Amino acid sequence: MEKFIKHEGLVVPLDRANVDTDAIIPKQFLKSIKRSGFGPNAFDEWRYMDHGEPGKDCAGRPKNPNFVLNQDRYQGASILLTRQNFGCGSSREHAPWALQDFGFRAIIGDSFADIFFNNCFKNGLLPIVLPKAEMDALFGLTEHTPGYRLTVDLAAQLVVRPDGHAIPFQIDGFRKECLLNGWDDIGLTLRHAEKIRDYEDRRKREQPWLFA
Amino acid sequence: MAKTLYDKLWESHVVHAEEDGTALLYIDRHLVHEVTSPQAFEGLKLAGRKPWRISSIVATADHNTPTSHWERGIEDPISRQQVETLDVNIREVGALAYFPFKDKRQGIVHVIGPENGATLPGMTVVCGDSHTSTHGAFGCLAHGIGTSEVEHVLATQCLLQKKSKAMLVRIDGKVGAGVTAKDIVLALIGKIGTAGGTGYAIEFGGSAIRALSMEGRMTVCNMAIEAGARVGFVAVDETTIAYLKDKTFAPKGGDWDKAVAYWRTLVSDADAKFDAVVELDAASIVPQVTWGTSPEMVTGINGSVPAPEDYSDPVKREGVERALQYMGLTPRMPINQVKIDKVFIGSCTNSRIEDLRAAAVVARGRHVAASVKLALVVPGSGLVKAQAEAEGLDKIFIAAGFEWRQPGCSMCLAMNDDRLEPGERCASTSNRNFEGRQGNGGRTHLVSPAMAAAAAIAGRFADVRELL
Ligand code: SF4
Repeated sequence: MEKFIKHEGLVVPLDRANVDTDAIIPKQFLKSIKRSGFGPNAFDEWRYMDHGEPGKDCAGRPKNPNFVLNQDRYQGASILLTRQNFGCGSSREHAPWALQDFGFRAIIGDSFADIFFNNCFKNGLLPIVLPKAEMDALFGLTEHTPGYRLTVDLAAQLVVRPDGHAIPFQIDGFRKECLLNGWDDIGLTLRHAEKIRDYEDRRKREQPWLFA
Repeated sequence: MAKTLYDKLWESHVVHAEEDGTALLYIDRHLVHEVTSPQAFEGLKLAGRKPWRISSIVATADHNTPTSHWERGIEDPISRQQVETLDVNIREVGALAYFPFKDKRQGIVHVIGPENGATLPGMTVVCGDSHTSTHGAFGCLAHGIGTSEVEHVLATQCLLQKKSKAMLVRIDGKVGAGVTAKDIVLALIGKIGTAGGTGYAIEFGGSAIRALSMEGRMTVCNMAIEAGARVGFVAVDETTIAYLKDKTFAPKGGDWDKAVAYWRTLVSDADAKFDAVVELDAASIVPQVTWGTSPEMVTGINGSVPAPEDYSDPVKREGVERALQYMGLTPRMPINQVKIDKVFIGSCTNSRIEDLRAAAVVARGRHVAASVKLALVVPGSGLVKAQAEAEGLDKIFIAAGFEWRQPGCSMCLAMNDDRLEPGERCASTSNRNFEGRQGNGGRTHLVSPAMAAAAAIAGRFADVRELL
């Protein structure tokens, strides 16, 4: 997994609540058996005027000029601002894969749906929850300031605005360590292989029917 | 100290805990389907890792499989590749059970686990699918997980989790005739919102939940995820135990007695403390219909579509405005005036035998309205289909003008050919009414099976209580 220590980038505001994973990556793209290449189809139904299908070249497709990600001023954005319950719905990890492939490194919102939130961490994509008042301010600043950028400092747990205002955020210690070091969960867990085996042996004695 | 059922399920599975509370939970049952597993099997292979315990795996193909013309196989080459990839992976790795495409026990992953007794009380169950919460109906800790976690469970038999807070949803009283588990859970989501359960593990209790069959409890737990919860479950009681007796993978003989004795302990202690309690009066619940693009956008059949100006929060107001526009509805329109184009009875929420029986009661001796282009009944599994046919339900549906299909996810997410065309409106027994969920531009209204059948007959949403 790619490390996440500190990231500075252009911000794009997606001012919607309850953005679901079907919207982030529509189901027809889930037929892929790969992990990569979902970026061009991120937000497919909102981004393009025509219907997208896997294998279709996105370069020539008509874009929806009203969708914020299509606006010139936000091209190259790597930080997404959003509202409450982002990533609700299906557990598809294709959603963080698509966001990451699109170029996002951090998503800042009022709240996130649980499975999506989890999936982000497995892919080096950092979801950050900030208080509503800070979110409202960030939306205002981003919309009114062309080229608005933020710095996300994971080590210090701060989102830093260009005016120096630093907003602290919470993150589980374990997740933070994993991101800072780019650790792979499986490798970490297998350090406890002995404990897993012991647990399993005990359960086999106590509840043999679980192992039939 | 008094414990909640959640405490008991959690504590009995912790293998190791980090300082910040992140725990390794041992996983008893791993359900696998074709969409979220290929990258996990590939990752495992690339890392040169072996699966930890293949006897925990139960797999099936459901999301991509067609529901008609099985003799033609899977015609879409990309879908076929995904299903074949699962065949290859399971052949290489092994499993306790695999129900491939066309197998007589094939079906929706959340239907086949319980009906084969592969889901048992006290288990931790995972699946790369958000509606894994369904299995909580058996007093399980059932988590929907992402593909990286699927790989993690394959490799380590554990899931990294932090404990949630505990919520009790207590629904007491008796529901009226024609009001089902689906209406209960939609009414709940309407009350607490789609983020109402975020950060919580929900235990569903109260006399109205106790009175539900296992099928009904599965419907309720299935949609716990739509209320934002990580898991949802119901305590074990005699209904649970009776359902499991003699199921294929349920314990037998002496093990059965031992298991049952343990299962009976899987209830919250009488004085256990919950972090939140939500109460609902069952008698006040009427048949529900969603009007918008989120399951919380729901009303009773006697209600109307709201108007944006009813909401003071600007984000909410805009959400309602956008939903009404997408759904092609005008503010304050009575929901029973809304006409439909298609009907879908199926999905892991409502495709079990009891659901089909409830729809058949309404369909019997009536006919689908001429204005309805397609009314599909898609049983949840081959076993459900066989049971329904043994009871003659297929004949009732066909005589009434419904199509009787092969099992699978079908029009719940429209990965196969069953879908809505842009602008089409559907009465659907599935669990998500998101934009484009049932097909690009499609408009989904979530209802119970009986209400879907009533809508099919009337050509618009109708109060099923008047048809019983
Ligand atoms: S029926 Fe629908 S919700 Fe259930 S597993 Fe299939 S696609 Fe998912």
